[in-house]
Amino acid sequence: MRKIKFFLLAILICGVNLFAAAQTDPADVKMADTMRSNGKIYVVIAVILTILIGLVLYIVRLDKKISRLEKEK
Amino acid sequence: MAEQKNYMYKSWWKITCVVLLVYTVVAGLLLDVPRLPALQETIRNLYFHVCMWMAMMIVFTVSVVNSIYYLRTFKLKYDIAARQYAAVGIVLGILGYSTGIIWMSYTWADANNPASASFSAIAREPKLIGAAIALLVYFAYMILRDSIQDIDKKARISAVYNIFAFAMLFPSIWIMPRILPSLHPGQEGNPALNVKEDIDSSMRMVFYPAVIGWTLLSVWIATLKIRLTLLKEKKMIA
Repeated sequence: MRKIKFFLLAILICGVNLFAAAQTDPADVKMADTMRSNGKIYVVIAVILTILIGLVLYIVRLDKKISRLEKEK
Repeated sequence: MAEQKNYMYKSWWKITCVVLLVYTVVAGLLLDVPRLPALQETIRNLYFHVCMWMAMMIVFTVSVVNSIYYLRTFKLKYDIAARQYAAVGIVLGILGYSTGIIWMSYTWADANNPASASFSAIAREPKLIGAAIALLVYFAYMILRDSIQDIDKKARISAVYNIFAFAMLFPSIWIMPRILPSLHPGQEGNPALNVKEDIDSSMRMVFYPAVIGWTLLSVWIATLKIRLTLLKEKKMIA
């Protein structure tokens, strides 16, 4: 119970920090604004997600194969 | 031998891992980040490059705990676990090192100087040298292990060596680079963990889940390797 309370408190602190953050926003720092404005950033996300999901599917298949080997014994 | 169903065979944390990693990629690329000169958009590498090192430290810690368990009980399964966790830690370290090379060649290299001048400044970077030492110490762990034929002797010597390697890990990647002047961020204080300053709170919302996600992924890979090795050992005995 104490652990759960601590965990909830930690989440709460993180959330409060999000609103309390007052950050300077100098517009002269170059960021990927063009990329974001015409929406192409989603292409990057799609590519990375494809790779990530591919790797995860590969690990899941390995996991299943090893489980099958363990059952054979 | 009846297999008891420990954490290696549960699937809830594997699902958590996938969810957290998908969140890391989507939120890590879409959420707002602080606009800083020189770093610019590469600040998002915090969710990937730094997480490799965090996961590496956690995995090496798991490895040394298993080595200590082995020395207390002399059960070979702890030795197998220590070896496989260390192997995954080395892979993470290499990934962290190579992503760091890419990152620094765009942020540390001075465009006004010739490439060789930038290189001599970067090659002197104590964080790089420290990380290289830490990784070499773990390479030596693998070489030492695999050069001993006798199973019990191999397990015992490498467990003791693993403790030494772990004792070298934190001085070489944390303490030594702080004593010397360094370009790497986080020179003073606890980088990325300091709650008050140092890391923007909006980034913390992605960074902490990212660390957990990458760590779970590496634990997943390590458990697969452990299960395979256990199967192989059983086949050898039978």
